[in-house]
Amino acid sequence: MGSHYLEMIRIRFLMMLAYRTNYYSGILIYSINIGAYFFLWTAIYGDQGSIQGLSVLQMTTYVAVAWMARAFYFNNIDREIAMEIKEGKVAIEMIRPYNYLFMKVTQGLGEGIFRLVFFSVPGMLIILLIFPLQISTEISVWSLFAVSIVFSFIINTQLNLLTGTLAFFLFNNEGLIRAKRVVIDLFSGLILPISFYPIWAQSVMDFLPFQAISYIPSMIFTEGFTGSAVWEALVFQMVWIVILIVPIQCLWWVAKRKLVVQGG
Amino acid sequence: MLRNADMNMDVNKRENRPGFYVSIFFQYAGQYLKTRLTYRVDMLVEIMSDLLFQAVNLIFILVVFGHTTLLAGWTREEIIFIYGFFLVPFSLFSAFFSIWDFNDRYIVKGEFDRILTRPVHSMFQIIIERMELESLFGVVTGVVVMGYAAMHMDLSLAWYDPFIFILMAVGGACIYGGIIIMIASISFWSDAKSDIMPMIYNISNYGRYPVDIYNGVIRFILTWILPFAFVGVYPAAYFLGREEWVVYSFLTPFMGFLFLGVAFLIWNKGVKRYRGAGN
Repeated sequence: MGSHYLEMIRIRFLMMLAYRTNYYSGILIYSINIGAYFFLWTAIYGDQGSIQGLSVLQMTTYVAVAWMARAFYFNNIDREIAMEIKEGKVAIEMIRPYNYLFMKVTQGLGEGIFRLVFFSVPGMLIILLIFPLQISTEISVWSLFAVSIVFSFIINTQLNLLTGTLAFFLFNNEGLIRAKRVVIDLFSGLILPISFYPIWAQSVMDFLPFQAISYIPSMIFTEGFTGSAVWEALVFQMVWIVILIVPIQCLWWVAKRKLVVQGG
Repeated sequence: MLRNADMNMDVNKRENRPGFYVSIFFQYAGQYLKTRLTYRVDMLVEIMSDLLFQAVNLIFILVVFGHTTLLAGWTREEIIFIYGFFLVPFSLFSAFFSIWDFNDRYIVKGEFDRILTRPVHSMFQIIIERMELESLFGVVTGVVVMGYAAMHMDLSLAWYDPFIFILMAVGGACIYGGIIIMIASISFWSDAKSDIMPMIYNISNYGRYPVDIYNGVIRFILTWILPFAFVGVYPAAYFLGREEWVVYSFLTPFMGFLFLGVAFLIWNKGVKRYRGAGN
């Protein structure tokens, strides 16, 4: 029990490994990307020493780590699920001896681990050489960050499962998938730390799961969160992981009953 | 035998007429609308998600200017105007050059074999297959955003400005198209799966900000290597009356035709190398 899921992670990892060459050029482009953000934020800060408690150094570190973490938690399983539903392959998947949704999660994890090892880590090292980032040397910060990005992966993947499974009901949910991606970019804190938003927007976002994806791990890494704020943030993530299980299970349960294979 | 050759000649003649391309284009556009209208809800969601996406970038600008008044000497309205301008070439580009997944869809899965059997140029065939006409809605959004910013700044327009605008918008779209075709052409030489496309897309966003905020290297890249500055800030600077960049502004259409031209040459070279994935 469970070993076949581990095998799925391994297979997906090996699959990605087969296509690894382009990741080197990817690192270069990511560096340019983060470099551009570095200058953009430097210009935005101008003469101001800090905005919302973040110094310009912390801010650029935030951007760099947010994009590198994204390589780990990001995956396309929403699109894959939607595709398999549209093509009717999901019918075959359903009679296989594993939990379909969980199998998708393991594939996403395989991809994530691959990108973390071959992309984020070397990318971060290169960026460290070029830009003055503020990286913590404390083991506690690093381990809390590690826990936090695992949670990010889970929450982002849960949201992907939700949007992907909705293809059972919408038949073609490409638009929804794109909308979800935009919402996550904006409200997860990837492009702007949540603390930069107006107060009313921040209080709305407190009731949404999105900041658990990018804002929380990045703030932990840049030490924008310290002391009890870190623990509160981790609890926030855990609560959302538990809450999100409910709609996924419900959707899946209903979907299995009303499965319509279009052609196939 | 002779008859056969005759027929081939005939076919070639028909294919080379521009009218043939135009009529094929409209037939595909018609088919496209039919398929899109089958999933109406989804199309609506897609247009909404485009709007949302454009809103995200505006929100970024607004939030940032909540914490500062000037960005390297540029005001909030000027930055918003640049963004509005950027939306126009970008929508033109997304409507006709959405080939982000070229490698996966055509090379790895072997679909390109089918493309080569079609009686039109392979690039044209892919463009008409992959059109996303609903993206053209972004032109409207862009004009509205520009209009809003222009009103706040009391910009005045000369009678020829709309024509210059069209020229520059098309030039910008050609730059985008050229870059994407060049990157897609890499697949002919290396069939490795590529994640370059989305990242190039990210870089393209930096053309929306005044390039004087970047250091020399990035400014050089954005001007000459991946010239996204010509899709946003350079041409927009003309309408904002920023005299210092007027040369760059008027380089926009030339850069566009240069990049698209070179891209087609590379593409044609690549097609000759194509051997099929063997599935």
